[in-house]
Amino acid sequence: MPGSGGLPEIRLTALSKRFGPKVVLDGLDLAIAKGESIVILGKSGTGKSVLLKHMIGLLTPDAGTVEVEGEDLWGASRSRRDEIRRRFGMSFQEGALFDSMSVGENIAFPLKRHTKMTPGEVSARVAECLSLVKLHGIEGKRPSELSGGMRRRVGFARAIALKPEVLLFDEPTTGLDPITTDVLARVMIDLRDRMNPTMVTITHDLKVAFEVAERVALLDRGKILVDLPPREFEASDDPRVRAFVQGDGSEDAESGSPEEAAV
Amino acid sequence: MGFLEPVGRLALDALEFHGRCVTLLGLTVRGLFRKPFDGRALATQVVRVGVDGLPVVLLTAVFTGAVLALQTYVGFKRFHAEAWVGSVVALSMLRELAPVLTGLMVTGRSGSAMAAEIGSMRVTEQIDALVSLATDPVQYLFVPRILAGIIVVPMLVVLANALGITGGYLVAVRLLGANPVVYVQNTFQFLDLNDLWSGLVKAGVFGFLLTLIGCQQGFDTTNGAEGVGRATTAAVVLGSLAILVSDFFLTKVLF
Repeated sequence: MPGSGGLPEIRLTALSKRFGPKVVLDGLDLAIAKGESIVILGKSGTGKSVLLKHMIGLLTPDAGTVEVEGEDLWGASRSRRDEIRRRFGMSFQEGALFDSMSVGENIAFPLKRHTKMTPGEVSARVAECLSLVKLHGIEGKRPSELSGGMRRRVGFARAIALKPEVLLFDEPTTGLDPITTDVLARVMIDLRDRMNPTMVTITHDLKVAFEVAERVALLDRGKILVDLPPREFEASDDPRVRAFVQGDGSEDAESGSPEEAAV
Repeated sequence: MGFLEPVGRLALDALEFHGRCVTLLGLTVRGLFRKPFDGRALATQVVRVGVDGLPVVLLTAVFTGAVLALQTYVGFKRFHAEAWVGSVVALSMLRELAPVLTGLMVTGRSGSAMAAEIGSMRVTEQIDALVSLATDPVQYLFVPRILAGIIVVPMLVVLANALGITGGYLVAVRLLGANPVVYVQNTFQFLDLNDLWSGLVKAGVFGFLLTLIGCQQGFDTTNGAEGVGRATTAAVVLGSLAILVSDFFLTKVLF
């Protein structure tokens, strides 16, 4: 649970971000404890990815702070920020694999840059990371030869190569079929149980959310609206949670939701 | 007052473009002196820019030298100065035509390719992935490409010089019947080592400008696939303009 013992791994305070006239984050507060698995739900276009990208410093907040174990990410020097980032592993929506490299080179990339491992140790770690995401012997393939689900799993493998303390998943299952989605959810649960990382997952897939989460938060209009354990979240009678859980868009359709209009 | 709006926008865009170039250049210089220095990436880029540019640069040089000989011969014949065609071809190639034309060709070939590659990395989140892997994307992407430009464009210009002079020689001697001995003598008689150096300095500056602009346009790509197309075009247009404008000022300084 949040705040149980020691500093939170990630603390966002009064975080605000706008793109042109569109306010995406509006004074958002969120603390994530070490070793916790939180899922952030929200409709498309509510800024879930923007929120996640702030945690690792891919976006600069307009106002507010991002602290990682009490250290202000944007108060730190550039090289210190890179050191902090090494504690993170991030999986991107479409995998974001480097298409100029093979699968093996992709996973070896952070190892070669940030460790003094020998080539033998690197290839052993690459194989280990691939087996953690239930893939074997595809080191020589190009990213373009892989299916969408495999590309994302390779993205997971690259994210865990440096044994990060924090794993960030940006829409890990969006656009995949139900079976592949289930495979990915299993891989994520397996990673959570083996590595015991702090895990932040962005999704709008409720099934995945309730499987991997210890805590579910709903992002709406730039703020965290509800933040509860999965069972309580599911049972919550907050109208916006109910609308989200039941996939009821009547309110948005009538009011012509500003979020949808702006996308 | 509505007509002032596009003017103002143009001025702001121009200022923003220059600002971005200077900022990214600062980060590149910083990246140059920070570890790790990626020698292999530099070698890859040198080979790519060189090999990609070679055929088109050499063809351009041969035909430029040839047409230059043809034109000056016609003009110089009117006041019986045909003997000086060789000098004019050599001087023009070394000081002006070889560096500028090579720069323009490499912009079209490699500057555009850099914008397209880095631009598609931007829109597929590969640049975000670099940052998330604690890798400075400007250091990783810009440093090897810009260094390759500074190294390779002068090398290509040396070859373009040689081929341009050869093209002029072939036209003058084989086509127009000039005396080969006199032609060769006149070609080199008035050449100064400074002519070569000034051309090479220009070439280095052009190589720097076209790669910096190619990388910057790719790096600042927005709006998906359409944006990549726009970045690629802009890399060629802005790169060529930068070469032509800076050429004047460099010539003024280097005379």
